[in-house]
Amino acid sequence: MIIPHPLLGPRDAQEFTYLGDASMIQRPDGTAEGAEDALFNYVYMRDNPAGEHRELWYHEQGDRSWLVVTRNTVTHEITQVELARDVALALGCGA
Amino acid sequence: MRYSGFRVIREAVTGHKGWVPVWRDPEPQPSYDIVIVGGGGHGLATAHYLASRYGAARVAVIEKGWIGGGNVGRNTTIIRSNYMLDGNEPFYEMSLKLWEGLEQDLNYNAMVSQRGILNLCHSDGQRDAYRLRGNAMRLHGADAELLGPGEVRAMYPFLNFDDARFPIKGGLLQRRGGTVRHDAVAWGYARAADSRGVDIIQNCEVTGLRVEDGRVLGVDTSRGFIGAGKVGVAVAGNSSRVMAMAGLRLPIESHVLQAFVSEGLKPVLDGVITYGAGHFYVSQSDKGGLVFGGDIDGYNSYAQRGNLPTVEDVCEGGLSLMPMVGQARLLRMWGGIMDMSMDGSPIIDRTPVEGLYFNGGWCYGGFKATPASGLAFAHLLATDTPHETATAYRLDRFRNGRMIDEKGMGATPNLH
Amino acid sequence: MTGLQKKRLNGGLIDRSQPIDFTFDGESYTGFAGDTLASALVANDVALLGRSFKYHRPRGLIASGSEEPNALVTLSRGAAVTPNTRATMVELEAGLTAAPQNAWPSVRFDAMAVNDVLAPFLTAGFYYKTFMWPRAFWEKLYEPAIRRAAGLGRLSTAPDPDLYDRGFLHCDLLVVGAGPAGLMAALTAGRAGARVILADEDFALGGRLNAETLVIDDAPASVWLATALAELASLPNVRTLSRTTVFGVFDHGIYGAVEMGAPTAKDHAPRQTLWRIYSKSCTVCAGATERPIAFPDNDRPGIMLAGAARTYVNRWAAAPAQRIAVFTNNDDGHRTAADLAAKGLTIAALIDTRANAPDCTDANETFKGAQVIASEGRLRLKNIMVRTASGGRRQISCGALAVSGGWNPNLHLSAQQRTRPVWNDAVAAFVPAPDAVAGQRLAGAAAGDFSTAGALSGGVNAARAALADLDIKVKHSKLPKADDAPTRITPFWYVSGTKRRAWLDFQNDVTVKDVALAQAEGFRSVEHVKRYTTLGMATDQGRTASTNAIGVMAALTGQDIAQTGTTMFRPPYTPVSMGAFAGRSRGKHFRPTRRTPTHTFAEANGATFVEVGQWLRAQWFTQSGETHWRQSVDREVRAVRNDVGLCDVTTLGKIDVQGVDAAAFLNRIYCNGMAKLPVGRVRYGLMLREDGIAMDDGTAARLGEDHFVVTTTTANAGAVYRHMEFARQCLWPDMDVQLISTTDAWAQIAVAGPKARKLLQRIVDPAHDLSNGAFPFMACAPVTVCGGLRARLFRISFSGELAYEIAVPARYGDALMHEMMAQGQDLGATPYGTEALGVLRIEKGHAAGNELNGRTTAAMLGLGRMVSTAKDSIGAVLSRRAGLAEDTHRLTGFVPVDGVTPIPGGAHLMREGARQIAENTLGWISSAAFSPTLNSPIALGFVTLADARKGQTLRAVSPVDGLDIPVRVVSPHFVDPEGGRQRD
Repeated sequence: MIIPHPLLGPRDAQEFTYLGDASMIQRPDGTAEGAEDALFNYVYMRDNPAGEHRELWYHEQGDRSWLVVTRNTVTHEITQVELARDVALALGCGA
Repeated sequence: MRYSGFRVIREAVTGHKGWVPVWRDPEPQPSYDIVIVGGGGHGLATAHYLASRYGAARVAVIEKGWIGGGNVGRNTTIIRSNYMLDGNEPFYEMSLKLWEGLEQDLNYNAMVSQRGILNLCHSDGQRDAYRLRGNAMRLHGADAELLGPGEVRAMYPFLNFDDARFPIKGGLLQRRGGTVRHDAVAWGYARAADSRGVDIIQNCEVTGLRVEDGRVLGVDTSRGFIGAGKVGVAVAGNSSRVMAMAGLRLPIESHVLQAFVSEGLKPVLDGVITYGAGHFYVSQSDKGGLVFGGDIDGYNSYAQRGNLPTVEDVCEGGLSLMPMVGQARLLRMWGGIMDMSMDGSPIIDRTPVEGLYFNGGWCYGGFKATPASGLAFAHLLATDTPHETATAYRLDRFRNGRMIDEKGMGATPNLH
Repeated sequence: MTGLQKKRLNGGLIDRSQPIDFTFDGESYTGFAGDTLASALVANDVALLGRSFKYHRPRGLIASGSEEPNALVTLSRGAAVTPNTRATMVELEAGLTAAPQNAWPSVRFDAMAVNDVLAPFLTAGFYYKTFMWPRAFWEKLYEPAIRRAAGLGRLSTAPDPDLYDRGFLHCDLLVVGAGPAGLMAALTAGRAGARVILADEDFALGGRLNAETLVIDDAPASVWLATALAELASLPNVRTLSRTTVFGVFDHGIYGAVEMGAPTAKDHAPRQTLWRIYSKSCTVCAGATERPIAFPDNDRPGIMLAGAARTYVNRWAAAPAQRIAVFTNNDDGHRTAADLAAKGLTIAALIDTRANAPDCTDANETFKGAQVIASEGRLRLKNIMVRTASGGRRQISCGALAVSGGWNPNLHLSAQQRTRPVWNDAVAAFVPAPDAVAGQRLAGAAAGDFSTAGALSGGVNAARAALADLDIKVKHSKLPKADDAPTRITPFWYVSGTKRRAWLDFQNDVTVKDVALAQAEGFRSVEHVKRYTTLGMATDQGRTASTNAIGVMAALTGQDIAQTGTTMFRPPYTPVSMGAFAGRSRGKHFRPTRRTPTHTFAEANGATFVEVGQWLRAQWFTQSGETHWRQSVDREVRAVRNDVGLCDVTTLGKIDVQGVDAAAFLNRIYCNGMAKLPVGRVRYGLMLREDGIAMDDGTAARLGEDHFVVTTTTANAGAVYRHMEFARQCLWPDMDVQLISTTDAWAQIAVAGPKARKLLQRIVDPAHDLSNGAFPFMACAPVTVCGGLRARLFRISFSGELAYEIAVPARYGDALMHEMMAQGQDLGATPYGTEALGVLRIEKGHAAGNELNGRTTAAMLGLGRMVSTAKDSIGAVLSRRAGLAEDTHRLTGFVPVDGVTPIPGGAHLMREGARQIAENTLGWISSAAFSPTLNSPIALGFVTLADARKGQTLRAVSPVDGLDIPVRVVSPHFVDPEGGRQRD
């Protein structure tokens, strides 16, 4: 596979390490009420769709960016690639 | 019809006119006591044990394509019970025992071949881990031997002992491990289940799980609604898709695992070998092909095909371990979709929907589990209690922190 | 006489000035440059080339290309022995030695041919129905017999001596196949300036143009071909790869190809090269493969595909026989008769299954609406029997029979991504499904367009469409003129109404009867039939068999062929050596080797090295007089406990953490508090995975308000860094913190032992006060050493002794080691390796890889109180789940009751007197060593109720070793449990 890196252009997927569903960006607050339930869902439960999937790839053999790649799990077609940090900031993560 | 050598001879001299279909091709009835979704190895085994051991009468297996067309028809055929953890080892050991009696139970020769499986180790730490595992196996009543490098060399002198990046320091041998003719497993279970009245309905795709007031009523299919007292889902690779029809999410990701076979070669490799310093395992089939594989590609996929980096990685491991295989030609590569669970271990359990039962999350190890999975799932469907060897395979173990994590990789499915 | 080539005709694309001697089955022969092994054997009148898999039937060539299922030979080339090689794909080279396979004692007389007599008992799937009784006999008797019969060629068990390489190519347009369609596609794109790769599996480019007597632009096609190849060679943007099979399509336009070395290649050149081709678009012009017709005994040597017969005669001037018959259901049979007759061969008869077949003037006799219903000739065809349209029988004598059942497009590359081909009645073949693979188009025969004119225009159109997608302008150019005959075929799959076997899969010996039996037994899906009969599972993957079998199945079930469908197409298109996939990553080069900065020092000082991941580390240093590794390790441990030892610990992961929020960031990464760590201090830290399990441990040193250096274990260096980047970029992107791995930038050496300070005071520049008061336990500071070299000093201890770790830029690591050894000579400075490091940490009860195994919790490690409840950190919440919070197993120490018996790591712990069963397991031994300090074996392990059991006697049980050792439960801190020594 080839991942079009937003900063570096097309790169072989072999340069990357895969993590999984991009929902992992949205880590529940561990101090909030019901944190254990929220973190259980966050860590273990997955939609696992057959079709479009937003997922996290890490450019380990490259610039060490984490990317959010939108990829079809049936055709492997990639339709969007974003820097995970931008996605996380837009979601207000960590604030 | 009973199969035997005499039968084969009689048919041969009378022109093979007496053979009948191995299983019937029935129309679906309006309802069954138990409907099993998925005509793969696990689903068919479940049907067989439901009918033969639990006396279930009105059972159907429904399959969207042709039976045995999923992972039971697309794997590297290895059987073994070399697990370490208490939640796993008794289950896989029961499976191995069921394999050992399979031909007689089914009157079908699935060519269970106990050629031995040898896991090689390449460091002191790995050897200690294998000793721990081997001891767990022995304490659970399975066989296991810890071999030193000399013993490994005596068994397989052609392995790379002299030019290795990661020298072979020994291995864990389970002599009762081996291989089975995988397609025949599906056909044998189908035939046995069919002979006890189970309806095996092919080309019947589930389009919905009908649930009312938290209770399952049956399945909507491409051939109409089929009512069911209980529905058991055994659709590895598609578990998330099917269970989503009942509104359930699972601790599972779907990943592609590639496997490979070489051209037919005269017998050169007796048993199964796994490389401990790379992603490579290999056996040789009764037709002569080297059957080998490695790691999953590592990304979510439903595509049943993989990519070149994994192929290269596997062959690198192959040549590093067995320098002779460079001259063997890879004949065919294929990909199967694995239910990769969050701790690398399976789930056989009830679900929050009454009457709906789930069997999945087998990662890349479902084939060897086929008999035990079928028996344990049949037990659960028939009795509503988990089989004694499968009590740990609960859905809520993740919630409670009782994971069964042989590899110690945590909730990262592609590392299991 | 080796020069005799009895069946060599005039003409052909061979170089008669270059005779080549070769050996087949122990006999010497001569061919010419331009020959394949197959064509040279045909020219030498060798028809019997091997035996079939199951029945050991005599077999000859069926084909002339990569689809050949029969003529598999074992090639020997020096030490390299290559089994299962298709004679049709072997370019003849001097000294080539080939041998037939799967026959004993010889290919002419094969004892295993008894299977052919037993054929009625050996039908499809017979083994599933028998060999079950008695149970023990399967593995003892039946299966060994089946296995002995397995396989075709024999693999040498010696290491493969061939050299393989791998490479990467990039292009705008990949053209697969250099026949008329491919050449036009490459010319069109090449002229437009696109980067083109043109690949063909043959060593001669041109495809069927080399095999046929075609006319292009009113001249022999060879004229046009030469011009086209010359033009392509003149275009710098076109790269032509002959001998290169594009075997698979992968995601996003990546194609796999394997290039065979030319016979003339130098010895040090790679024998094969695996190319990963990154293409923006691809045009598949891979041609078509002819299919046979199934008729009784259609597998005798001499019965071959009609197109192959033309190829041998036209391209290689080699006649399969002087007297040849043709059996066809389409017009190609007539072309065959014409071409062969033109070369002076006798066409004994043309048998056409079509009642309305055209006349054939080239044949002695033409039978329309007729079928071949039998053949004779044990090792070579002698006669065929024809059933005429009126039902009469005619025996015809012939040495070869050319058979054409129509052509199957080579559409594999369009079908490898699970889109199945579609049946096309007009050409009686499966053709590619439209848009099956993104960026890929098919043209010519591969697309079901079988005329030369269609191939030429199809190639142009496909290239133009590809270039349009890429916004590359195409100049118009004239299309060459060629034949445009429509495909005239009436499908005919098999001859019925006889009891003899008619072969579908020649290599695997699958006949029409087997398919019929499978159907009768309920194996109706095409995938079931394949798996039950093994049809299509031979080395040709059914290229000459599958469509015919589908035709037979459709006829037997009354379904049409479109409903019956194909099996799944899978890569590779033709088999590829495993060596090519591995390239040079084998043997010692399987994985990269990382060497520590003091590697040369270690080499010079007697080190034995050990693989630690990709690293090579010194395991121990053997001194003169030491004959056993334990002597070296014990000495090294004593040196640390009594004097001072030096150990390269560079492999531990080092991560530089900087930024205003560095402390807050680490406070969330580690489960214990890091926010209030003072500048100039180090703290032990434990990281959890988000699921609450211990992930890694290490130290965090605060060099400045905004600057930390954290260490990880060697094994987890990469994973921890990835995890921290994930947290930084994805979880807390608003934090002002930056990370970089500095593992390779700094050489780090542990200096441990009572005399460590004394040694370091000679190394660290005097401006730095190293006294216990000024630089206490867990202090850290940037310093200079050896007169100004920048360094970092950490007072941390893995051994429990007064100890430091000193880091200098990596390139000074070796020099620093030498300098410390020189300065510490009078102090007893001793280098120590990983083995002593392990003993020292076990003596202190520190956890390492065997304890941090991905299943252990902080509580199990005895570190439960480190998990702060006062803050949110990764893993803290889920570590409180019931299954993790239960205080089950706890790390503790063990010694053998007798004081001398080693305790093996991996032993299980049990009560005295308990039966050796799993239920009685109380825990396990994780790490073990001999402690020279205690002069006793010691061990660490996990056991239930660890505190209550202190002082009790348990047993360390290891059934795989036959060991059962009484052990006493002790504190995990074997040496200096109060920790005073590291604080002195």
